[in-house]
Amino acid sequence: MSDAVAPFEMPPQTGRKQELVVKAPPKALEREPLVTHQRSIGWLSDAIAGVAEGKTPKWWWMAFVPSVTLMTTCFTMILYLMSIGVGVWGPGHPVMWGWAIVNFVWWIGIGHAGTLISAILFLLRQRWRTSINRAAEAMTIFAVMCAGIFPLIHVGRIWFGWWLFPIPNMEGIWPQFRSPLMWDVFAVSTYFTVSVLFWYMGLIPDLAVMRDRSKTFIRKFAYGLFSLGWTGSNRHWSNYEKAYLILAGLSTPLVLSVHSIVSMDFSVSQLPGWHTTIFPPYFVAGAVFSGFGMVLTLLVPLRRLLRLEDIITVRHVELMCKVTLATGSIVGYAYAMEFFIAWYSGNPYERYAFINRATGHYWWAYWTMISCNVLVPQFFWFKKVRTNMIFVFVLSILVNIGMWFERFVIVVISLHREFLPSNWSYFRPTWVDILTYLGTFGLFFTFFLLFLRFVPIIAIAEVKGVTPQADPHHPLGGAKEGGHH
Amino acid sequence: MAAPSKVYGIIAEFETPAATMHAAEKVRDSGFRKWDVFTPFPVHGMDAAMGLKNSKVGWFSFLGGVSGYTGGMLMIWWMNAVDYPIVIGGKPMFSPYGAFPPCYELTILLGSFGALLGMLFLNRLPRLHHPLLKHRRFALATHDRFFIVIETSDPKYSENETRKLLQAVGSQRIELVEE
Repeated sequence: MSDAVAPFEMPPQTGRKQELVVKAPPKALEREPLVTHQRSIGWLSDAIAGVAEGKTPKWWWMAFVPSVTLMTTCFTMILYLMSIGVGVWGPGHPVMWGWAIVNFVWWIGIGHAGTLISAILFLLRQRWRTSINRAAEAMTIFAVMCAGIFPLIHVGRIWFGWWLFPIPNMEGIWPQFRSPLMWDVFAVSTYFTVSVLFWYMGLIPDLAVMRDRSKTFIRKFAYGLFSLGWTGSNRHWSNYEKAYLILAGLSTPLVLSVHSIVSMDFSVSQLPGWHTTIFPPYFVAGAVFSGFGMVLTLLVPLRRLLRLEDIITVRHVELMCKVTLATGSIVGYAYAMEFFIAWYSGNPYERYAFINRATGHYWWAYWTMISCNVLVPQFFWFKKVRTNMIFVFVLSILVNIGMWFERFVIVVISLHREFLPSNWSYFRPTWVDILTYLGTFGLFFTFFLLFLRFVPIIAIAEVKGVTPQADPHHPLGGAKEGGHH
Repeated sequence: MAAPSKVYGIIAEFETPAATMHAAEKVRDSGFRKWDVFTPFPVHGMDAAMGLKNSKVGWFSFLGGVSGYTGGMLMIWWMNAVDYPIVIGGKPMFSPYGAFPPCYELTILLGSFGALLGMLFLNRLPRLHHPLLKHRRFALATHDRFFIVIETSDPKYSENETRKLLQAVGSQRIELVEE
């Protein structure tokens, strides 16, 4: 990931040129700066915090009203489901898992990019992540909220949802932990909680920025309350950075485990098409792939709308496209390998399940999946595509359409052909299925728009920290000859 | 000391991280104990410049992780093998392998709480009030300025000497902060 090289110009150092200890790196090692146009540290505060200040822009309302409407639709559909029963959905024998599980896996997969960006790229010292981690983590939290709705409502009697947790009840029975479905409850609820903790801890210094800029009493009070009295003390930063590192170190195995455990919901069963050992890594790669698709869908228009092109630069978009290409290719490899093993295993049921995917009644779902997930990311080999924002935006949406179909293929196509042909069926969703799914977009975007309006959408302190002005060993950070720095 | 009961400390402002770091090294070498550096972002190398030791947050996280794992294993063993044993698919009542995924998640869950709460505890946060937050220039500490504050409660503090020291290390703006 090093072809994004553009000349980095040192600022004119009038009269002090001889004093510089730190020389500009040789041409071959120069990289495009993470914040372009040499923006000052103060400018970063103004540009990022300014998004959540001042008058609410018109486009925000134009997005917010339809989102709230859709969210209301979602809750109405859930009420309808609760009052009538799960019969209002499409599933029935033998396709007992329908859109609810498809949507659950899809949304939770989207969440994975946020944690990958915030934790794994942090451990790998990918400093470009600081421009996008806050928005991506917010996306994770809201996506996991949308995901969490589906397993809860698909149980049928939602008021017994708390039986999933080890809470004492009057029947004196306990959940049994030998089922991957119980593992999933722990994985998803831990994932949500830890994502919120990580996100909130990153927010504390930035909420203090908002507090110190506040003009009205209410804002000063609210930001003051949530910033917990943060002063920017270096004794505090020292503990803070250690805690941040530890949270990144804990979130990395967490994010890899969550989608692995989700995949075990399928692979621990004995159904042809589900019972494969490739599922955990293949699900994780697919999750990161779809998550980066969603990050691109959100940030490519936002960087323009919010005038943050100097912080979320074209280089950032290019790097995200490259991650999408890499993970998309892993997913493509997994599809090929699944097919190969279905043939190589010599198991007639397994072989049938896969040939049926590609040529059966649901061939259209399979080939939508292949074209969106395997072919679409290949465009990202080309720099012209990666730097064309409209192209990137359209492709990022196709990625998520493809990933939805992947889950549809796995859940529905595997189930609709039982071992006995008398048990075969053709699954169709109902209008309640469709409106509930569309409604979760309303939930997601309502929360995301509120996040844009009230919280700094880029980690202000972290972005300041990656500029040359923040480096005490860099001339722009004040380093001079004479000291040992 | 001019007004010992009312003055919290002396605050010196700096414009670049390098200048702040050099000043911090001088203050450290002068033997002050109750002092701090305030920066809009973590400045790398400042811990050494201040003479701070490695943070203890890791211990809190470790304790959280250990209790998450052992607590999870004990919970699952007690629930599925002692209090409500029921045969499922011929599997053993308790097996550490089947119990591992939830315990793995609980390790991470409590380890994360340990890291966040440990950080807040070591920093004595949250607090609703701080003398510095009333100071009119101090709001810039989250914007683009750097500050060194030496508290009056430091045994080596003396208004004139400390002010001279802060001037000598290059601060252009030195003021007293009221309690």
